[in-house]
Amino acid sequence: MSHLHADKVSVAFAGLRALSEVDLTVSPGQIVGLIGPNGAGKTTLVNVLTGFQTPTEGAVRLDGQPLSNLKPHELRRRGIARTFQGGRLFRDLPVIDNLEVTGVGLGLSRAAAIAEATAMLDWVGIAPLANRIAGTLPYTDERRVAIGRALMGKPAFVLLDEPAAGMSAAEAQDLSALIRRIAGEMGCGVLLIEHNVGLVLDLCHHIVVLDSGAVIETGDPTAIRASERVRHAYMGTAADTHLPVLEVSA
Amino acid sequence: MGSLLQIVFDALALGSLYALAALGIALIFGVMRLVNFAHGDVIAFSVFALLWPSVDAVAIVFAGNLPWFLLIPFALAIGAGLSVLSEIVVFRRFRRANPATMMIASFALGFVIRYFLLMLFSSRPKSISLLPALSQPVEIFGARIPLLQLITIVVTIAVLFGLIAFLRRTRFGLEMRAAAENFTMARMLGVRANRVIMGAFALSGALAAAIALILGSQTGTANIMMGANVMLMAFIATVIGGMGSLAGAVLAGFLLGAVATVMQVILPPDARAFRDAFVYGAVILVLIFRPQGLLSARGTKERV
Repeated sequence: MSHLHADKVSVAFAGLRALSEVDLTVSPGQIVGLIGPNGAGKTTLVNVLTGFQTPTEGAVRLDGQPLSNLKPHELRRRGIARTFQGGRLFRDLPVIDNLEVTGVGLGLSRAAAIAEATAMLDWVGIAPLANRIAGTLPYTDERRVAIGRALMGKPAFVLLDEPAAGMSAAEAQDLSALIRRIAGEMGCGVLLIEHNVGLVLDLCHHIVVLDSGAVIETGDPTAIRASERVRHAYMGTAADTHLPVLEVSA
Repeated sequence: MGSLLQIVFDALALGSLYALAALGIALIFGVMRLVNFAHGDVIAFSVFALLWPSVDAVAIVFAGNLPWFLLIPFALAIGAGLSVLSEIVVFRRFRRANPATMMIASFALGFVIRYFLLMLFSSRPKSISLLPALSQPVEIFGARIPLLQLITIVVTIAVLFGLIAFLRRTRFGLEMRAAAENFTMARMLGVRANRVIMGAFALSGALAAAIALILGSQTGTANIMMGANVMLMAFIATVIGGMGSLAGAVLAGFLLGAVATVMQVILPPDARAFRDAFVYGAVILVLIFRPQGLLSARGTKERV
Protein backbone atom coordinates (compact mmCIF):
# COMPACT_ATOMS: atom_id res chain seq x y z
CA MET A 1 0.00 0.00 0.00
CA SER A 2 1.61 3.24 -1.06
CA HIS A 3 1.22 6.54 0.73
CA LEU A 4 2.23 10.08 -0.05
CA HIS A 5 3.33 11.63 3.18
CA ALA A 6 4.47 15.10 4.21
CA ASP A 7 6.61 14.40 7.24
CA LYS A 8 6.96 17.41 9.57
CA VAL A 9 7.46 19.74 6.62
CA SER A 10 8.58 23.28 7.33
CA VAL A 11 9.27 25.99 4.80
CA ALA A 12 10.77 29.38 5.61
CA PHE A 13 11.05 32.21 3.11
CA ALA A 14 13.75 34.64 4.28
CA GLY A 15 13.01 33.86 7.90
CA LEU A 16 9.25 34.01 7.44
CA ARG A 17 7.68 30.67 8.26
CA ALA A 18 5.27 29.67 5.52
CA LEU A 19 4.80 26.14 6.86
CA SER A 20 5.74 24.72 10.22
CA GLU A 21 5.94 21.00 10.89
CA VAL A 22 3.03 20.07 8.69
CA ASP A 23 2.04 16.40 8.61
CA LEU A 24 -0.27 15.07 5.94
CA THR A 25 -0.86 11.68 4.38
CA VAL A 26 -2.75 10.72 1.23
CA SER A 27 -3.57 7.08 0.53
CA PRO A 28 -4.71 5.47 -2.74
CA GLY A 29 -8.39 5.89 -3.46
CA GLN A 30 -8.73 8.47 -0.71
CA ILE A 31 -9.83 12.09 -1.18
CA VAL A 32 -8.09 14.38 1.29
CA GLY A 33 -9.17 18.00 1.54
CA LEU A 34 -6.78 20.80 2.34
CA ILE A 35 -8.50 23.99 3.44
CA GLY A 36 -7.59 27.16 5.23
CA PRO A 37 -7.85 30.91 4.88
CA ASN A 38 -5.88 32.81 2.24
CA GLY A 39 -2.17 32.75 2.93
CA ALA A 40 -2.43 29.67 5.13
CA GLY A 41 0.26 27.88 3.09
CA LYS A 42 -1.92 25.47 1.07
CA THR A 43 -0.24 26.04 -2.28
CA THR A 44 3.19 26.07 -0.61
CA LEU A 45 2.43 22.59 0.73
CA VAL A 46 1.36 21.40 -2.72
CA ASN A 47 4.57 22.86 -4.13
CA VAL A 48 6.58 20.91 -1.56
CA LEU A 49 4.72 17.67 -2.29
CA THR A 50 5.34 18.01 -6.04
CA GLY A 51 8.97 19.10 -5.95
CA PHE A 52 8.46 22.77 -6.80
CA GLN A 53 9.62 23.85 -3.38
CA THR A 54 12.35 22.27 -1.27
CA PRO A 55 11.32 22.03 2.38
CA THR A 56 13.54 23.85 4.86
CA GLU A 57 12.99 20.99 7.28
CA GLY A 58 11.17 17.70 7.11
CA ALA A 59 10.67 15.51 4.07
CA VAL A 60 8.17 14.23 1.55
CA ARG A 61 7.95 10.46 1.54
CA LEU A 62 6.49 8.04 -0.96
CA ASP A 63 5.99 4.59 0.59
CA GLY A 64 8.22 5.73 3.42
CA GLN A 65 11.11 6.60 1.10
CA PRO A 66 12.18 10.26 1.25
CA LEU A 67 11.89 12.12 -2.06
CA SER A 68 14.49 14.77 -1.46
CA ASN A 69 15.91 16.92 -4.24
CA LEU A 70 13.77 15.38 -6.95
CA LYS A 71 12.62 17.74 -9.67
CA PRO A 72 8.92 18.12 -10.51
CA HIS A 73 9.18 15.98 -13.65
CA GLU A 74 10.95 13.22 -11.71
CA LEU A 75 8.17 13.18 -9.13
CA ARG A 76 5.66 13.21 -11.98
CA ARG A 77 7.28 10.08 -13.35
CA ARG A 78 6.97 8.47 -9.94
CA GLY A 79 3.26 9.08 -10.00
CA ILE A 80 2.73 12.40 -8.25
CA ALA A 81 0.80 14.72 -10.55
CA ARG A 82 -0.82 18.08 -10.02
CA THR A 83 -2.93 20.78 -11.57
CA PHE A 84 -2.33 24.48 -11.17
CA GLN A 85 -4.51 27.40 -10.20
CA GLY A 86 -5.86 28.85 -13.41
CA GLY A 87 -5.15 25.70 -15.43
CA ARG A 88 -1.86 26.73 -17.06
CA LEU A 89 -2.58 24.85 -20.28
CA PHE A 90 -0.64 25.24 -23.51
CA ARG A 91 -3.21 27.69 -24.77
CA ASP A 92 -2.14 27.73 -28.42
CA LEU A 93 -2.12 23.95 -28.72
CA PRO A 94 -5.13 21.75 -29.41
CA VAL A 95 -6.61 20.00 -26.37
CA ILE A 96 -5.38 16.59 -27.48
CA ASP A 97 -1.82 17.89 -27.86
CA ASN A 98 -1.90 19.20 -24.30
CA LEU A 99 -2.41 15.65 -23.07
CA GLU A 100 -0.24 14.05 -25.69
CA VAL A 101 2.84 16.11 -24.85
CA THR A 102 2.44 15.01 -21.24
CA GLY A 103 2.42 11.37 -22.35
CA VAL A 104 5.51 11.97 -24.45
CA GLY A 105 7.14 13.75 -21.50
CA LEU A 106 6.46 10.66 -19.41
CA GLY A 107 8.36 8.60 -21.94
CA LEU A 108 5.57 7.16 -24.08
CA SER A 109 5.93 6.83 -27.83
CA ARG A 110 3.90 9.28 -29.90
CA ALA A 111 1.38 6.62 -30.88
CA ALA A 112 0.95 5.42 -27.30
CA ALA A 113 0.60 9.02 -26.11
CA ILE A 114 -2.12 9.71 -28.71
CA ALA A 115 -3.97 6.56 -27.72
CA GLU A 116 -3.88 7.36 -24.03
CA ALA A 117 -4.76 11.03 -24.58
CA THR A 118 -7.80 10.04 -26.64
CA ALA A 119 -8.95 7.56 -24.02
CA MET A 120 -8.38 10.10 -21.25
CA LEU A 121 -10.41 12.84 -22.96
CA ASP A 122 -13.21 10.35 -23.27
CA TRP A 123 -12.85 9.37 -19.61
CA VAL A 124 -13.08 12.96 -18.33
CA GLY A 125 -15.98 13.56 -20.70
CA ILE A 126 -14.59 16.01 -23.22
CA ALA A 127 -13.81 13.77 -26.20
CA PRO A 128 -15.58 16.12 -28.67
CA LEU A 129 -13.19 18.94 -27.73
CA ALA A 130 -10.04 17.05 -28.75
CA ASN A 131 -9.17 19.33 -31.65
CA ARG A 132 -10.21 22.65 -30.14
CA ILE A 133 -7.43 25.11 -29.35
CA ALA A 134 -7.09 24.98 -25.56
CA GLY A 135 -7.10 28.76 -25.14
CA THR A 136 -10.57 29.05 -26.67
CA LEU A 137 -12.33 26.80 -24.14
CA PRO A 138 -14.65 28.01 -21.38
CA TYR A 139 -12.96 27.63 -18.01
CA THR A 140 -15.04 24.65 -16.89
CA ASP A 141 -13.75 22.66 -19.86
CA GLU A 142 -10.28 24.09 -19.35
CA ARG A 143 -10.24 22.61 -15.84
CA ARG A 144 -11.21 19.22 -17.23
CA VAL A 145 -8.37 19.40 -19.72
CA ALA A 146 -5.99 20.30 -16.88
CA ILE A 147 -7.26 17.36 -14.85
CA GLY A 148 -7.01 15.05 -17.86
CA ARG A 149 -3.46 16.23 -18.41
CA ALA A 150 -2.61 15.50 -14.77
CA LEU A 151 -4.10 11.99 -15.04
CA MET A 152 -1.97 10.99 -18.05
CA GLY A 153 0.22 8.04 -17.17
CA LYS A 154 -2.19 6.97 -14.40
CA PRO A 155 -0.44 8.69 -11.48
CA ALA A 156 -0.85 7.16 -8.02
CA PHE A 157 -1.58 10.62 -6.58
CA VAL A 158 -3.05 13.78 -8.01
CA LEU A 159 -3.05 17.17 -6.31
CA LEU A 160 -5.81 19.52 -7.46
CA ASP A 161 -5.18 23.18 -6.70
CA GLU A 162 -8.51 25.03 -6.54
CA PRO A 163 -10.22 23.18 -9.38
CA ALA A 164 -13.64 24.66 -8.56
CA ALA A 165 -12.59 28.31 -8.34
CA GLY A 166 -15.19 30.51 -9.99
CA MET A 167 -17.59 27.64 -10.72
CA SER A 168 -21.34 27.77 -10.15
CA ALA A 169 -22.95 25.24 -7.81
CA ALA A 170 -24.03 23.04 -10.73
CA GLU A 171 -20.59 23.15 -12.33
CA ALA A 172 -19.00 22.30 -8.98
CA GLN A 173 -21.34 19.29 -8.71
CA ASP A 174 -20.08 17.98 -12.08
CA LEU A 175 -16.54 18.47 -10.90
CA SER A 176 -17.28 16.60 -7.64
CA ALA A 177 -18.55 13.66 -9.62
CA LEU A 178 -15.34 13.62 -11.67
CA ILE A 179 -13.15 13.79 -8.57
CA ARG A 180 -15.08 10.88 -6.99
CA ARG A 181 -14.43 8.84 -10.12
CA ILE A 182 -10.72 9.69 -10.02
CA ALA A 183 -10.50 8.22 -6.52
CA GLY A 184 -13.05 5.45 -7.03
CA GLU A 185 -12.41 4.17 -10.54
CA MET A 186 -8.73 4.98 -10.92
CA GLY A 187 -7.84 4.30 -7.32
CA CYS A 188 -5.90 7.52 -7.33
CA GLY A 189 -5.13 9.32 -4.07
CA VAL A 190 -6.51 12.86 -4.38
CA LEU A 191 -5.42 15.93 -2.45
CA LEU A 192 -8.02 18.64 -3.01
CA ILE A 193 -7.21 22.26 -2.24
CA GLU A 194 -10.37 24.32 -2.38
CA HIS A 195 -11.87 27.55 -1.16
CA ASN A 196 -15.31 26.10 -1.60
CA VAL A 197 -15.47 24.53 1.82
CA GLY A 198 -18.88 23.07 1.19
CA LEU A 199 -17.51 21.08 -1.72
CA VAL A 200 -14.64 19.81 0.42
CA LEU A 201 -16.92 18.76 3.29
CA ASP A 202 -19.17 17.01 0.83
CA LEU A 203 -16.44 15.18 -1.03
CA CYS A 204 -13.50 14.38 1.21
CA HIS A 205 -12.88 11.42 3.44
CA HIS A 206 -10.38 13.29 5.51
CA ILE A 207 -9.67 17.01 5.87
CA VAL A 208 -6.62 18.95 6.99
CA VAL A 209 -7.06 22.59 7.99
CA LEU A 210 -4.10 24.93 7.72
CA ASP A 211 -3.83 28.35 9.27
CA SER A 212 -0.73 30.54 9.22
CA GLY A 213 1.36 27.62 8.05
CA ALA A 214 0.37 25.16 10.77
CA VAL A 215 -2.16 22.34 10.89
CA ILE A 216 -4.88 23.49 13.26
CA GLU A 217 -7.29 20.61 12.77
CA THR A 218 -7.62 17.26 11.05
CA GLY A 219 -10.47 14.82 10.86
CA ASP A 220 -13.49 13.70 8.91
CA PRO A 221 -16.06 16.23 7.66
CA THR A 222 -18.22 15.86 10.77
CA ALA A 223 -15.29 16.63 13.04
CA ILE A 224 -14.26 19.63 10.94
CA ARG A 225 -17.80 20.98 10.90
CA ALA A 226 -17.88 20.80 14.67
CA SER A 227 -14.42 22.21 15.27
CA GLU A 228 -14.18 25.36 17.34
CA ARG A 229 -10.66 26.08 16.05
CA VAL A 230 -11.71 25.94 12.41
CA ARG A 231 -14.58 28.25 13.15
CA HIS A 232 -12.15 30.61 14.82
CA ALA A 233 -9.68 30.57 11.95
CA TYR A 234 -12.35 31.29 9.39
CA MET A 235 -14.38 33.82 11.32
CA GLY A 236 -11.62 35.46 13.28
CA THR A 237 -13.62 34.90 16.50
CA ALA A 238 -14.55 31.91 18.58
CA ALA A 239 -18.10 33.13 18.31
CA ASP A 240 -21.15 31.03 18.49
CA THR A 241 -23.39 28.93 16.45
CA HIS A 242 -23.61 29.87 12.84
CA LEU A 243 -20.87 29.19 10.32
CA PRO A 244 -21.93 30.50 6.93
CA VAL A 245 -18.63 29.71 5.19
CA LEU A 246 -18.89 26.06 6.04
CA GLU A 247 -22.35 25.67 4.62
CA VAL A 248 -21.88 26.91 1.09
CA SER A 249 -23.55 24.44 -1.29
CA ALA A 250 -22.90 21.58 1.12
CA MET B 1 3.17 41.15 -68.57
CA GLY B 2 6.68 39.76 -68.68
CA SER B 3 8.07 42.53 -66.51
CA LEU B 4 5.24 42.27 -64.00
CA LEU B 5 5.91 38.55 -63.68
CA GLN B 6 9.56 39.39 -63.27
CA ILE B 7 8.71 41.65 -60.34
CA VAL B 8 6.56 38.96 -58.76
CA PHE B 9 9.39 36.44 -58.97
CA ASP B 10 11.91 38.96 -57.66
CA ALA B 11 9.64 39.68 -54.72
CA LEU B 12 9.02 36.01 -54.00
CA ALA B 13 12.70 35.10 -54.23
CA LEU B 14 13.83 37.93 -51.98
CA GLY B 15 10.95 37.24 -49.61
CA SER B 16 11.91 33.56 -49.50
CA LEU B 17 15.39 34.46 -48.39
CA TYR B 18 14.08 36.73 -45.63
CA ALA B 19 11.46 34.16 -44.62
CA LEU B 20 14.03 31.36 -44.28
CA ALA B 21 16.27 33.59 -42.19
CA ALA B 22 13.38 34.86 -40.07
CA LEU B 23 12.30 31.29 -39.44
CA GLY B 24 15.79 30.47 -38.17
CA ILE B 25 15.58 33.32 -35.69
CA ALA B 26 11.97 32.68 -34.65
CA LEU B 27 12.61 28.97 -33.99
CA ILE B 28 15.25 29.77 -31.39
CA PHE B 29 13.37 32.74 -29.97
CA GLY B 30 10.35 30.48 -29.56
CA VAL B 31 12.03 27.93 -27.33
CA MET B 32 14.40 30.12 -25.38
CA ARG B 33 13.52 33.81 -25.82
CA LEU B 34 16.91 34.42 -27.38
CA VAL B 35 17.33 36.75 -30.35
CA ASN B 36 20.34 35.11 -31.93
CA PHE B 37 22.31 37.87 -33.61
CA ALA B 38 25.05 35.39 -34.49
CA HIS B 39 22.68 33.93 -37.09
CA GLY B 40 24.09 36.12 -39.87
CA ASP B 41 27.60 34.98 -39.06
CA VAL B 42 26.52 31.35 -39.18
CA ILE B 43 25.38 32.12 -42.73
CA ALA B 44 28.79 33.53 -43.66
CA PHE B 45 30.60 30.67 -41.92
CA SER B 46 28.62 28.10 -43.89
CA VAL B 47 29.91 29.57 -47.16
CA PHE B 48 33.51 29.89 -46.02
CA ALA B 49 33.48 26.32 -44.76
CA LEU B 50 33.38 25.33 -48.42
CA LEU B 51 36.73 27.05 -49.07
CA TRP B 52 40.32 26.51 -48.04
CA PRO B 53 41.73 29.26 -45.80
CA SER B 54 43.58 31.85 -47.92
CA VAL B 55 43.73 35.61 -48.27
CA ASP B 56 43.64 35.54 -52.11
CA ALA B 57 40.89 37.28 -54.04
CA VAL B 58 39.94 34.09 -55.82
CA ALA B 59 38.68 31.44 -53.49
CA ILE B 60 40.43 28.09 -53.30
CA VAL B 61 37.45 25.87 -53.33
CA PHE B 62 37.44 22.78 -51.19
CA ALA B 63 34.05 21.22 -50.57
CA GLY B 64 32.47 23.73 -52.97
CA ASN B 65 33.46 21.49 -55.87
CA LEU B 66 31.45 18.55 -54.64
CA PRO B 67 28.49 17.50 -56.74
CA TRP B 68 25.29 19.14 -55.53
CA PHE B 69 23.90 16.06 -53.83
CA LEU B 70 26.95 16.02 -51.56
CA LEU B 71 27.53 19.77 -51.39
CA ILE B 72 24.07 20.60 -50.05
CA PRO B 73 24.02 18.09 -47.17
CA PHE B 74 27.61 19.03 -46.35
CA ALA B 75 26.75 22.73 -46.09
CA LEU B 76 23.57 22.04 -44.09
CA ALA B 77 25.55 19.87 -41.69
CA ILE B 78 28.14 22.63 -41.25
CA GLY B 79 25.46 25.20 -40.43
CA ALA B 80 23.60 22.87 -38.08
CA GLY B 81 26.85 21.78 -36.44
CA LEU B 82 28.09 25.30 -35.79
CA SER B 83 24.71 26.32 -34.47
CA VAL B 84 24.48 23.36 -32.07
CA LEU B 85 28.05 23.99 -30.99
CA SER B 86 27.20 27.60 -30.16
CA GLU B 87 24.34 26.39 -27.97
CA ILE B 88 26.57 23.90 -26.13
CA VAL B 89 29.55 26.20 -25.73
CA VAL B 90 27.82 29.55 -25.21
CA PHE B 91 24.05 29.72 -24.82
CA ARG B 92 23.62 26.78 -22.45
CA ARG B 93 25.49 28.78 -19.85
CA PHE B 94 22.93 31.59 -20.16
CA ARG B 95 19.85 29.40 -19.70
CA ARG B 96 18.74 31.34 -16.63
CA ALA B 97 19.96 34.74 -17.78
CA ASN B 98 17.56 37.44 -18.89
CA PRO B 99 16.90 37.93 -22.60
CA ALA B 100 19.07 41.06 -22.87
CA THR B 101 22.09 39.20 -21.50
CA MET B 102 21.54 36.34 -23.93
CA MET B 103 21.22 38.79 -26.80
CA ILE B 104 24.54 40.41 -25.92
CA ALA B 105 26.13 36.97 -25.69
CA SER B 106 24.85 36.29 -29.21
CA PHE B 107 26.43 39.54 -30.46
CA ALA B 108 29.72 38.48 -28.89
CA LEU B 109 29.49 35.04 -30.47
CA GLY B 110 28.78 36.68 -33.84
CA PHE B 111 31.95 38.76 -33.52
CA VAL B 112 33.99 35.71 -32.58
CA ILE B 113 32.77 33.84 -35.67
CA ARG B 114 33.29 36.87 -37.92
CA TYR B 115 36.83 37.57 -36.70
CA PHE B 116 37.72 33.92 -36.93
CA LEU B 117 36.76 34.10 -40.62
CA LEU B 118 38.62 37.40 -40.96
CA MET B 119 41.74 35.79 -39.59
CA LEU B 120 41.63 32.89 -42.03
CA PHE B 121 40.27 34.59 -45.13
CA SER B 122 40.85 38.38 -44.75
CA SER B 123 38.04 40.88 -45.19
CA ARG B 124 38.38 40.93 -49.00
CA PRO B 125 35.36 39.45 -50.76
CA LYS B 126 36.27 36.37 -52.78
CA SER B 127 34.74 35.30 -56.01
CA ILE B 128 33.41 31.78 -55.90
CA SER B 129 31.36 29.76 -58.26
CA LEU B 130 28.88 27.63 -56.39
CA LEU B 131 26.39 25.53 -58.33
CA PRO B 132 27.05 27.52 -61.57
CA ALA B 133 24.36 25.64 -63.48
CA LEU B 134 21.75 27.58 -61.51
CA SER B 135 22.52 30.98 -62.97
CA GLN B 136 20.95 30.10 -66.34
CA PRO B 137 17.66 31.81 -66.96
CA VAL B 138 14.48 29.96 -67.79
CA GLU B 139 11.66 31.48 -69.75
CA ILE B 140 8.18 31.53 -68.19
CA PHE B 141 5.37 33.36 -69.99
CA GLY B 142 7.84 35.69 -71.63
CA ALA B 143 9.73 36.55 -68.47
CA ARG B 144 13.30 35.41 -68.08
CA ILE B 145 13.64 34.08 -64.57
CA PRO B 146 17.00 32.89 -63.25
CA LEU B 147 16.77 29.20 -62.40
CA LEU B 148 18.20 29.97 -58.96
CA GLN B 149 15.26 32.26 -58.20
CA LEU B 150 12.82 29.50 -59.04
CA ILE B 151 14.75 27.03 -56.93
CA THR B 152 14.91 29.48 -54.02
CA ILE B 153 11.14 29.85 -54.07
CA VAL B 154 10.49 26.13 -54.45
CA VAL B 155 12.98 25.24 -51.73
CA THR B 156 11.45 27.76 -49.34
CA ILE B 157 7.96 26.45 -49.92
CA ALA B 158 9.21 22.89 -49.49
CA VAL B 159 11.00 23.85 -46.26
CA LEU B 160 7.84 25.51 -44.94
CA PHE B 161 5.67 22.48 -45.63
CA GLY B 162 8.36 20.18 -44.30
CA LEU B 163 8.58 22.19 -41.10
CA ILE B 164 4.82 22.23 -40.65
CA ALA B 165 4.71 18.46 -41.07
CA PHE B 166 7.63 18.07 -38.70
CA LEU B 167 6.03 20.21 -36.00
CA ARG B 168 2.62 18.58 -36.37
CA ARG B 169 3.47 14.96 -36.96
CA THR B 170 6.57 14.12 -34.99
CA ARG B 171 7.07 13.63 -31.30
CA PHE B 172 9.94 16.07 -31.37
CA GLY B 173 7.77 18.66 -33.11
CA LEU B 174 5.09 18.27 -30.46
CA GLU B 175 7.65 18.81 -27.70
CA MET B 176 8.97 21.83 -29.53
CA ARG B 177 5.55 23.44 -29.89
CA ALA B 178 4.83 22.92 -26.22
CA ALA B 179 8.25 24.23 -25.19
CA ALA B 180 7.86 27.26 -27.44
CA GLU B 181 4.62 28.18 -25.76
CA ASN B 182 5.52 27.57 -22.14
CA PHE B 183 9.01 26.31 -21.63
CA THR B 184 8.76 25.97 -17.85
CA MET B 185 5.53 23.99 -17.99
CA ALA B 186 6.84 21.73 -20.76
CA ARG B 187 9.92 21.02 -18.71
CA MET B 188 7.80 20.21 -15.66
CA LEU B 189 5.85 17.71 -17.70
CA GLY B 190 9.06 15.92 -18.58
CA VAL B 191 9.77 17.35 -22.03
CA ARG B 192 13.51 17.03 -22.56
CA ALA B 193 14.42 20.68 -22.64
CA ASN B 194 18.03 20.44 -23.73
CA ARG B 195 17.18 18.16 -26.62
CA VAL B 196 14.40 20.44 -27.80
CA ILE B 197 16.68 23.46 -27.68
CA MET B 198 19.46 21.63 -29.51
CA GLY B 199 16.95 20.58 -32.14
CA ALA B 200 15.87 24.17 -32.60
CA PHE B 201 19.49 25.25 -32.99
CA ALA B 202 20.20 22.47 -35.49
CA LEU B 203 17.18 23.43 -37.60
CA SER B 204 18.07 27.10 -37.39
CA GLY B 205 21.68 26.41 -38.40
CA ALA B 206 20.59 24.27 -41.34
CA LEU B 207 18.31 27.10 -42.49
CA ALA B 208 21.27 29.51 -42.23
CA ALA B 209 23.32 27.17 -44.42
CA ALA B 210 20.52 26.97 -46.99
CA ILE B 211 20.56 30.78 -47.16
CA ALA B 212 24.34 30.67 -47.46
CA LEU B 213 24.11 28.37 -50.49
CA ILE B 214 21.50 30.58 -52.13
CA LEU B 215 23.40 33.83 -51.45
CA GLY B 216 26.71 32.31 -52.51
CA SER B 217 25.30 31.08 -55.79
CA GLN B 218 23.39 34.30 -56.39
CA THR B 219 26.20 36.78 -55.79
CA GLY B 220 29.17 34.63 -56.78
CA THR B 221 31.11 36.04 -53.85
CA ALA B 222 31.99 35.01 -50.35
CA ASN B 223 32.20 37.91 -47.95
CA ILE B 224 32.53 37.71 -44.18
CA MET B 225 29.74 40.29 -43.89
CA MET B 226 27.42 38.52 -46.31
CA GLY B 227 24.95 37.44 -43.62
CA ALA B 228 24.57 40.85 -42.00
CA ASN B 229 21.92 42.35 -44.25
CA VAL B 230 19.79 39.21 -44.35
CA MET B 231 20.10 38.89 -40.59
CA LEU B 232 18.89 42.46 -40.09
CA MET B 233 15.93 41.99 -42.42
CA ALA B 234 15.12 38.66 -40.83
CA PHE B 235 15.20 40.17 -37.37
CA ILE B 236 12.83 42.89 -38.52
CA ALA B 237 10.60 40.22 -40.02
CA THR B 238 10.43 38.32 -36.72
CA VAL B 239 9.57 41.56 -34.91
CA ILE B 240 6.78 42.62 -37.23
CA GLY B 241 5.63 39.01 -37.51
CA GLY B 242 5.19 38.90 -33.72
CA MET B 243 8.22 37.56 -31.88
CA GLY B 244 8.16 33.79 -31.64
CA SER B 245 5.35 33.26 -34.12
CA LEU B 246 6.73 31.06 -36.90
CA ALA B 247 3.87 31.81 -39.28
CA GLY B 248 4.23 35.53 -38.55
CA ALA B 249 7.96 35.44 -39.25
CA VAL B 250 7.43 33.75 -42.61
CA LEU B 251 4.59 36.07 -43.58
CA ALA B 252 6.57 39.15 -42.60
CA GLY B 253 9.64 37.85 -44.46
CA PHE B 254 7.67 37.59 -47.68
CA LEU B 255 6.05 40.96 -47.01
CA LEU B 256 9.44 42.64 -46.56
CA GLY B 257 10.71 41.02 -49.76
CA ALA B 258 7.67 42.30 -51.62
CA VAL B 259 7.91 45.81 -50.19
CA ALA B 260 11.62 46.03 -51.00
CA THR B 261 11.07 44.81 -54.57
CA VAL B 262 8.14 47.11 -55.19
CA MET B 263 10.04 50.09 -53.78
CA GLN B 264 12.87 49.28 -56.16
CA VAL B 265 10.42 49.61 -59.04
CA ILE B 266 8.22 52.51 -58.05
CA LEU B 267 10.71 54.82 -56.36
CA PRO B 268 12.12 57.54 -58.63
CA PRO B 269 15.59 56.48 -59.86
CA ASP B 270 17.35 59.05 -57.68
CA ALA B 271 15.70 57.66 -54.54
CA ARG B 272 16.37 53.98 -55.28
CA ALA B 273 19.68 54.05 -53.48
CA PHE B 274 17.69 54.78 -50.34
CA ARG B 275 15.31 51.88 -50.84
CA ASP B 276 16.06 50.30 -47.48
CA ALA B 277 15.33 53.57 -45.70
CA PHE B 278 11.82 53.45 -47.18
CA VAL B 279 11.46 49.80 -46.19
CA TYR B 280 12.47 50.56 -42.60
CA GLY B 281 10.08 53.52 -42.64
CA ALA B 282 7.27 51.13 -43.57
CA VAL B 283 8.34 48.85 -40.73
CA ILE B 284 8.07 51.73 -38.25
CA LEU B 285 4.56 52.43 -39.55
CA VAL B 286 3.54 48.81 -39.03
CA LEU B 287 4.89 48.84 -35.49
CA ILE B 288 3.06 52.06 -34.64
CA PHE B 289 -0.25 50.41 -35.49
CA ARG B 290 0.56 46.87 -34.34
CA PRO B 291 3.32 47.07 -31.75
CA GLN B 292 2.74 43.42 -30.83
CA GLY B 293 3.47 42.35 -34.41
CA LEU B 294 1.19 41.01 -37.10
CA LEU B 295 0.59 37.60 -35.53
CA SER B 296 1.69 37.97 -31.95
CA ALA B 297 2.82 34.92 -30.06
CA ARG B 298 1.80 34.55 -26.47
CA GLY B 299 4.20 34.68 -23.59
CA THR B 300 6.94 36.87 -25.02
CA LYS B 301 7.08 38.80 -21.79
CA GLU B 302 6.48 36.35 -19.02
CA ARG B 303 8.24 33.03 -18.84
CA VAL B 304 6.88 32.18 -15.38
